[in-house]
Amino acid sequence: MLYSPAPMHIPDGFLSTLVAVVLWILSAGVIAYALRRVGKDLGERQVPLMGVLAAAIFAGQMLNFTVAGGTSGHLLGAALAAILLGPWAAIIVMTTVVSIQALIFQDGGLLALGGNLFNMAVIGVAVSYFVYTSVQKIARGQKWGVFVGGFAAAWLSIVVAALACALELALSGTSPANVAVPAMGGIHMLIGVGEGLITLGALAFLYAARRDLLHIGEAAPAGGRAVWVGGLLIALLLAVLSPLASAHPDGLEWVAEQKGFLDAAQEPLYNIIPDYLFPGVSNDALATILAGILGVLIVFGVALGVAYLRRKQMTDR
Amino acid sequence: MHIHFLDPYRSGSSPVHAADARLKFVLTLAFILTASLTPPGAWPVYILLFALILSVEILSGLGVGYVLKRSLLALPFVLAALPLPFTVEGRTLFSLPLGGWMLTASLEGLARFVSVALKSWLSVQAAVVLAACTPFPDLLMAMRAIRIPRLLTAMFGLTWRYLFVLADEALRLMRARAARSGAETGAAPSASLRAGGSVAWRARVAGGMAGSLFLRAFERSDRIYAAMLSRGYDGEVRALPPPTFTAAHWLTLTLGLTLLALLLGFGLLFWG
Repeated sequence: MLYSPAPMHIPDGFLSTLVAVVLWILSAGVIAYALRRVGKDLGERQVPLMGVLAAAIFAGQMLNFTVAGGTSGHLLGAALAAILLGPWAAIIVMTTVVSIQALIFQDGGLLALGGNLFNMAVIGVAVSYFVYTSVQKIARGQKWGVFVGGFAAAWLSIVVAALACALELALSGTSPANVAVPAMGGIHMLIGVGEGLITLGALAFLYAARRDLLHIGEAAPAGGRAVWVGGLLIALLLAVLSPLASAHPDGLEWVAEQKGFLDAAQEPLYNIIPDYLFPGVSNDALATILAGILGVLIVFGVALGVAYLRRKQMTDR
Repeated sequence: MHIHFLDPYRSGSSPVHAADARLKFVLTLAFILTASLTPPGAWPVYILLFALILSVEILSGLGVGYVLKRSLLALPFVLAALPLPFTVEGRTLFSLPLGGWMLTASLEGLARFVSVALKSWLSVQAAVVLAACTPFPDLLMAMRAIRIPRLLTAMFGLTWRYLFVLADEALRLMRARAARSGAETGAAPSASLRAGGSVAWRARVAGGMAGSLFLRAFERSDRIYAAMLSRGYDGEVRALPPPTFTAAHWLTLTLGLTLLALLLGFGLLFWG
């Protein structure tokens, strides 16, 4: 299959409902604001421009190169979008890409989409924009600023998004922080190099072919300051939080305990049937086996029933 | 080689295909939410949810095998939850000596791990059925109906329209590269990974391809905008009004949501 899913897209079931809903609300807020900004900046051109560029980023994720053995580097595109389109339009473009991946290709879950949007469309873009514009400022419009800034932005956006993903999994109680953070961070420090190199190559090509698209030395788009500060804060926060979380998983356990507290509040529900056993069977193991057999029978009964009805319907027609 | 085989939509005449997209969209989201809220270890609820999605799969005429094969997409992510049996405390299942360490797997941890994997698997199946039985324009209509901003849905539609065009463009770029750079000895035989030169050189070539794809898309968007203008586009995205949501639709929706709520209540009552 040509389309290979990126490892950072969280499927459904891996985020706790609470974490997923909170991330949905956060992402929805940022995206709604970005939609308003983009409408003002680009006007009626926005739909064709951003729609086609989102398709280009999507298709660009197929472009890969061999690193060694069977592994290959490929593009995610948040940094490239942020550099070429500015922060707000990049957020919308990445939102489109990530949403279609989840809706159509089941790359990432639907409930977990809020988290994936937050990692790739919000964090990825904000961090890239922050790094790229900072390096640009230092370089004062010189050529190396584009390339160094582009590479650093791409690399850091991948690593920070991966750390955010690891922390979300840890908060959900799916993966302990002291395993998830070093593992995800470590792998994506390597993946980020691939992303950085491709972004660098793309920028070099555009620098030679269409220098005007890169806006070198131009004033930052209005409102970019908020994203710049946001990117800085996110990068700092995750840089501090990730080692802390992996060194002291207790901190996250404390959060989980708060959730455990909520569970304890539901304790009375348990006691309605204190020893829940299969009715009429006193042996614990036997009851479990019987329940399992019953479950299998239910599944096959329903399946057979539906299949039978369907076939009857087809022959009647 | 054409890329259209990537569209997961499978046309058919089953009741699932014929059902209103809004109905399917909301029920799929509700199903995934139910799976997510079901407490770990509530096996009977998982079995009932599986029976539910399995019957929808059979009803849809997609072939259970097709859905199950596609649902394995999310499988690699299970790695992330793999440490769970060893980190959650509880009754000891087995101990694994690892160097100077002792890894102890607990029954509770294993239950949590299997629950996460099952939840994920059930949710992916629901999403696969939705995407395979609903044409994308109908999904867009459903998204508009649940008040997702019109601008965003318009963008989704345009991206979807040009995704295959640009994917073809990317494939042509990759074919051109494969034709011009020698294969690395011992590399995978797949054409997309055929490459010569150093890693940095290969990365730069891939980057040049990405830049060129981006530039082509940029220029194409200019032409599309001009074409839209010449057909009367004024910045407002218009769509046909959605078909009426009949009483039968409301009834199906209520029944579906009630069933899911009952399953969830059952799970929360006994395993919450």
